[in-house]
Amino acid sequence: MMSLRYLPLWITAALLCLLFGIGGWQFDGFASLAVVSNLFSDNAFLLIVALGMTLVIISGGIDLSVGAVIALSGVATGLLISQYQWHPLTAFALIVPAAALFGALMGVLIHVYKLQPFIVTLAGMFLARGLATTLSEESIAIDHSFYDAIAEFGFALPGGGWVGASTMIFMVLLVLVIMLMHYSRFGACVYAIGGNSQSAQLMGVPVASTTIAIYALSSVLAALAGIVFTFYTFSGYALAGVGMELDAIAAVVIGGTLLTGGSGFVIGTVLGVLLMGVIQTYIIFDGSLSSWWTKIVIGLLLFGFIVLQKVLSRRTALTTVAGSTAHG
Amino acid sequence: MTTPSLVLELKQVCKHFPGVKALQNVDLRLFAGEVHALLGENGAGKSTLIKVMTGALAKSSGDIYFNGQQCHFASPAAAQRAGISTVYQEVNLLPNLSVAQNLFLGHEPRRFGLIQHKKMQQQAQQLLLRFKLNIDVTAPLAQYSVAVQQLIAIARGVAMSAKVLVLDEPTASLDSSEVQMLFDVMRQLREQGVAIVFITHFLEQVYQISDRITVLRNGSKVGEYLTADLPRSQLIEAMLGKELQQLTQQQAATAVAKQAEPLLVLQQISVKGSLSDISLTVAKGQAVGLAGLLGSGRTEVCRAVYGVDVLSGGEIQFGGKTLTLQQPADAIKAGIALCPEERKTEGIIGPLSIRENIMLALQARRGWWRYLPVKQQQQLAAFYIDKLQIATPDADKPIEQLSGGNQQKVILARWLAINPQLLILDEPTRGIDIGAHAEIVLLIKSLCQQGMSLLVTSSELEELVAFAGKVVVLRDRQKVTELSGDNMTAQHIMQAIAEG
Ligand SMILES: Nc1ncnc2c1ncn2[C@@H]1O[C@H](COP(=O)(O)OP(=O)(O)OP(=O)(O)O)[C@@H](O)[C@H]1O
Ligand SMILES: [Mg+2]
Repeated sequence: MMSLRYLPLWITAALLCLLFGIGGWQFDGFASLAVVSNLFSDNAFLLIVALGMTLVIISGGIDLSVGAVIALSGVATGLLISQYQWHPLTAFALIVPAAALFGALMGVLIHVYKLQPFIVTLAGMFLARGLATTLSEESIAIDHSFYDAIAEFGFALPGGGWVGASTMIFMVLLVLVIMLMHYSRFGACVYAIGGNSQSAQLMGVPVASTTIAIYALSSVLAALAGIVFTFYTFSGYALAGVGMELDAIAAVVIGGTLLTGGSGFVIGTVLGVLLMGVIQTYIIFDGSLSSWWTKIVIGLLLFGFIVLQKVLSRRTALTTVAGSTAHG
Repeated sequence: MTTPSLVLELKQVCKHFPGVKALQNVDLRLFAGEVHALLGENGAGKSTLIKVMTGALAKSSGDIYFNGQQCHFASPAAAQRAGISTVYQEVNLLPNLSVAQNLFLGHEPRRFGLIQHKKMQQQAQQLLLRFKLNIDVTAPLAQYSVAVQQLIAIARGVAMSAKVLVLDEPTASLDSSEVQMLFDVMRQLREQGVAIVFITHFLEQVYQISDRITVLRNGSKVGEYLTADLPRSQLIEAMLGKELQQLTQQQAATAVAKQAEPLLVLQQISVKGSLSDISLTVAKGQAVGLAGLLGSGRTEVCRAVYGVDVLSGGEIQFGGKTLTLQQPADAIKAGIALCPEERKTEGIIGPLSIRENIMLALQARRGWWRYLPVKQQQQLAAFYIDKLQIATPDADKPIEQLSGGNQQKVILARWLAINPQLLILDEPTRGIDIGAHAEIVLLIKSLCQQGMSLLVTSSELEELVAFAGKVVVLRDRQKVTELSGDNMTAQHIMQAIAEG
């Protein structure tokens, strides 16, 4: 039974290893620490938003605003540093709480007015994207000694690998989110709400504050992803992160989390992002394939995983019947 | 005994839903170390009262005093913090979480703020041993039967009950040994000074365990009594507002269909791992009762006849022909219908009206393109609302707004309405008030007279005897005996169940 629950996770992990193996066998330099560390640093921002998306989806919701929040926090970072001469850390100290407030507001709307998360976060997406564009239509270059220091911060791995600030930030966030979801009462409440929010309420789960916190956290993680994205691009741009919410959702699903909520693992999402990254790397190494093949393969994978989820939940229903036979 | 101290008091509590006055000026007093039975017909307002008391619903007016101080619980969580734990009537656990997580949600053992999963699982295991459940606590709750889930819900309530424990129909899906286990635990808690609210439709249980009774009728309090001072007949009168129709006066009609031809014949059927060598015959127009403890194989026989479980041996004949059942669809095609025991979790489509919920199975059977005229639907719905005494102002009310017992009646009506050749009813009267019990017995009889055959499992032997032409007793997944005629008494059935 346990194995059934972990099955999607194992499949994703196996696919990841398989593709990595094939790549390593086909191309020189594919199976190297350099490629692995690049996977993390190139996808750090996606990994970070996907962590938040996992939380939201496990609670039975969805957050479409994260891509726009990435853009908004990037633009705000750029503006505060380049135009208003703030120190980056001061800028972050303003942006992160502001994002929390933004997410919390969406959470309030969702909980208090019983609105669909889809609609509320869609509105949030337009709002954040619009605001970012209003602040600056142009990309804002960031030139600050702090950013140079960040870019150099890190340590080398044997074989040309490099663990930079983005990867480290992600690792820290990963540990925190795993602790939160799998070892804290808050996490238990998130799963409970995803299972059945009415029952959760009757069992004494603080549904209101938990829902609000979930969306606040998702926005905070998106804002952090936006900041990490500026480390990567040295600029803030209002059109950054277009469609990234969908990439994050895809990664979460491929990582074995049920879209209906109540079930999934944080680590699965990481595997999902990495799998998407490896596909991309493979296509780059191959050279002859168009980069759109990444999308095609991810599309096929998504189909596969959704079918798998259906089959598995059917299976579980069957074992339930068998379970009741055992007793009654 | 010292004079008991008042723990929780409700004064003049009212609760109005749009168009319904569910509670009107109700008082309730809970004393430490007492089991307080809260009784009334389906829809009387019992569940609403405890929801208002525990913060799950906001009251319209009235006051609540806890330990002598006026208080207000904004949510079940707030009531829990004050030491009031509740097992609500609806299944209120989370199927996606493990058993251990369900037991400890919100109270997980922690160290440095982190949940100690191992410790939680050990504690869960221990807690369940109190209810003689030795199951894998790391498995998702959804894997277990309704009875086990019910026990788990109770165990959760018990573990958290510091001052008050509220149990809304906890015994609805338990068998008698499990009920006794629960009562043992309740007695222990009572010794420790916990005040317990106990809602049930089983009057024997009321007299077995409760110290004090409050009766509700149509949302108003009829009275508060000491159990010892209230004879059963008076209790029933208080609940119904009239005397109960006697079951015995209907006994005369039993002797129908003596020599009728057989409709369903089971020849030594076996199902791997659950049944062995069961033979029985159901004649046309006959109701056959299946008796036995939980786990005796009653439900399994129903499932085999309905094609849920595939036979590993033996043969099923239906209407003179051999019937090979691979899936329920085969049984349905042959003219067999099953009203499952787990009605609480299955089959209620909340936002749809009572009428639509009743029509569901019938319409599905007719095919969706042959739409039943609304007029006819209304007639059918009105018929069953009247017959089963479903407490509702009209048939267009969403079913989710009915009380638990009335929802069950609607589901029962759904299966009765399709009028199959053979209807299998698994515990048709669970959670249904005593007033409606008699009506259901009558209804089953009149269905038989119209030529329908029924296979009915029930733990209520008196009832089984009242409508069945024959009772088959099962034990340990085998048939023990078959009783009919004068031999068929509750006493004899009980003996057969116990001794085999
Ligand atoms: N959400 C709701 N909206 C409208 N009416 C409701 C709602 N919940 C309950 N009611 C009505 O309140 C009345 C009391 O219902 P309640 O559930 O308290 O009955 P009960 O005594 O628990 O019955 P049962 O024995 O069937 O569980 C019923 O008439 C029911 O239809
Ligand atoms: Mg009720």
